[in-house]
Amino acid sequence: MLEVSNLHARVGNKEILKGINLSVKAGEVHAIMGPNGSGKSTLAAVLVGREEFDVTEGAVAFQGRDLLEMEPEERAREGVFLAFQYPVEIPGVNNAYLLKAALNEVRKHRGESQLDAMDFMAFVKERMSILKIDQDLMNRPVNEGFSGGEKKRNEIFQMAVLEPKLAIMDETDSGLDIDALRIVSNGVNAMRNAERATVIVTHYQRLLNYIVPDFVHVLSGGRIVKSGGKELALELEDKGYSWIEGATETVGS
Amino acid sequence: MTQLVASASYTNAFEQIQRDHAGPAAIADLRRVAFDRFSTNGLPTTSSEEWRFTNVRRIADTTFVSGHAVALTNEELAPFNVTGSLGGWPTIVFVNGHYQAALSSVAELPDGVVVESLANVLNSSPGNPVVEQYLGKGADIHSDSAAFAALNTALFGDGVFVHVAANVVVESPIQVLFVTTPRSTDSDTTEYPMTHPRILIAVEENSEIRLVENYGGEGNTPYLTNAVTEVFGGANAVIDHYKLVREASAAYHIGHMHLQLSRGANFSAHAITLGGNIVRNDTMAVLDGEGVSCTLNGLYIANRQQLVDNHTTIHHAKPHCESHELYKGILDDQAHAVFNGKIVVAIDAQKTDAKQTNKALLLSEDAQINTKPELEIFADDVKCTHGATIGQLDADAMFYLRARGLGLEQARSVLIHAFASDLLNRIGIASIRAGLDELLLAQLPGSGDSGFYEFG
Repeated sequence: MLEVSNLHARVGNKEILKGINLSVKAGEVHAIMGPNGSGKSTLAAVLVGREEFDVTEGAVAFQGRDLLEMEPEERAREGVFLAFQYPVEIPGVNNAYLLKAALNEVRKHRGESQLDAMDFMAFVKERMSILKIDQDLMNRPVNEGFSGGEKKRNEIFQMAVLEPKLAIMDETDSGLDIDALRIVSNGVNAMRNAERATVIVTHYQRLLNYIVPDFVHVLSGGRIVKSGGKELALELEDKGYSWIEGATETVGS
Repeated sequence: MTQLVASASYTNAFEQIQRDHAGPAAIADLRRVAFDRFSTNGLPTTSSEEWRFTNVRRIADTTFVSGHAVALTNEELAPFNVTGSLGGWPTIVFVNGHYQAALSSVAELPDGVVVESLANVLNSSPGNPVVEQYLGKGADIHSDSAAFAALNTALFGDGVFVHVAANVVVESPIQVLFVTTPRSTDSDTTEYPMTHPRILIAVEENSEIRLVENYGGEGNTPYLTNAVTEVFGGANAVIDHYKLVREASAAYHIGHMHLQLSRGANFSAHAITLGGNIVRNDTMAVLDGEGVSCTLNGLYIANRQQLVDNHTTIHHAKPHCESHELYKGILDDQAHAVFNGKIVVAIDAQKTDAKQTNKALLLSEDAQINTKPELEIFADDVKCTHGATIGQLDADAMFYLRARGLGLEQARSVLIHAFASDLLNRIGIASIRAGLDELLLAQLPGSGDSGFYEFG
């Protein structure tokens, strides 16, 4: 589904990704771990088309198509979803409106009919209960005044409604208490199926107790320096990142 | 040069008015004084502090003639009518400055409420004591920056007289609709019409009214709307005022509103400017009794080379009054906006609470705004705050919306609408809010979707 080959990206003059290779198939859950500054969030940002990063080398194919050629909205409509590390507050735009507009854009792209208010409500009800999103939250401006946990739950709720083919979660676990972590994990696990791929970007192993990955990759200095199964995450938890970094070229060297 | 020489057509118009329908002697005298002031001062130049950023040379260089009476049908009027899809508010209609009884619907108002053609009132006998008491008693025509108000006073042909007797609550909003059209029945020559609408609103104590002043026009040739509104709010009167400017693209609109508010009065205004080549909205509020609450809000949207200038002065003359101002502007292309907010607190106006905010959203590199607060505080126990922000669309919010699948244009529209909605949400009357929201959406690029959706 996703083929990242030799991806290099920079912001300004600073090269951050220095040749990423990653292959993600439908049905798989990949965790990308790494120390701060290793390029985890940059990789997520490049995949969804953030404009401040320049791709200088390499390619990304999504379902056989050149992902890097697509505008951010086209990537979203094709089924790429990013759960933001820092969801943006948008005063004056209510949460339900954004979700309905987004869902209808995706449906239009898939050649499906637009949902009216009634259909939309029926469609989202069950997902609201899984992620404990109440009606009040739907009618508030997007992320404005949401607690940290509400913002993250809202991201996963959007994901559950938009049903992406490739879900990328950027440090979704950061700042969550254990209850919120469980709710978020339940939401993600409920969506796991043979057609959907998930990439979880995280600094800590904690989330992976709840969302068990098929593969774990360690990013360091803009490259994937080690890949393995879920046990690799536990090893990282035990030993920290230094043994990985020590074994390879370090960031900025 | 400190003044612009005004066209001889103003003199012609003045002589015609004095000859034909100057009104009662006191009004004829007032017109004469006003025209003298206008003739002496001329139109203001940018060397006048009050007109520093608003160059009216294009107005001075154009020869305007008094608007001809043109009969529009209800269908032709419909696009200007803000109540359109909202249904029947009492409405009084003027086309090219002439009262259109056939298009108006102000016959069946509650007892104690009068909404009439001002010219009809002035020309009827015996005279109306309320008009005599108030007309011309508010608006300044003497200072050298008040040339347009002086010109209106000298030349007004018609307008509206609104009177609400004491202890009357008028539930339905009342619409005052001024439409200018270059249509002419018998002429091939292009004339540029001018109108000088005059509105007098007197609301006696404990009464309540909602009024919408709506200005529109058509065609792509210049015309001038030069309006003066005087509002007198009695003790504890509640006045909710809306001004909607949707003039045609080549039109000039100069409006002056004077508010005289008595003890405990509650006045709120929303000035919405959506169209016109040069639009100037002047508001002068005198809080002339204790406990007055005055809210002046404004929203303007301008593109191409439009110039929108909002000048407000709030004069806190007595203690324990509060004033709130929020102006928001959305500027694209080479549009230019001016906001000047003056707050004067008199020496004995203790416990004044005044708050002023001006926010502008610039959508292009060439759009500009000049914003200036002016605080003149002579009392020592007051709370006065002001703030101005100028910004672009939030890039992170744009990306967030696009990352959820919204196209570039739609994302822009949603964010622009969100910026404006903050102001629209302050409009208390749902039907007016909805009507303005429709107009606003029609003005936005992209899908014209609203960003609002009540879930549940």
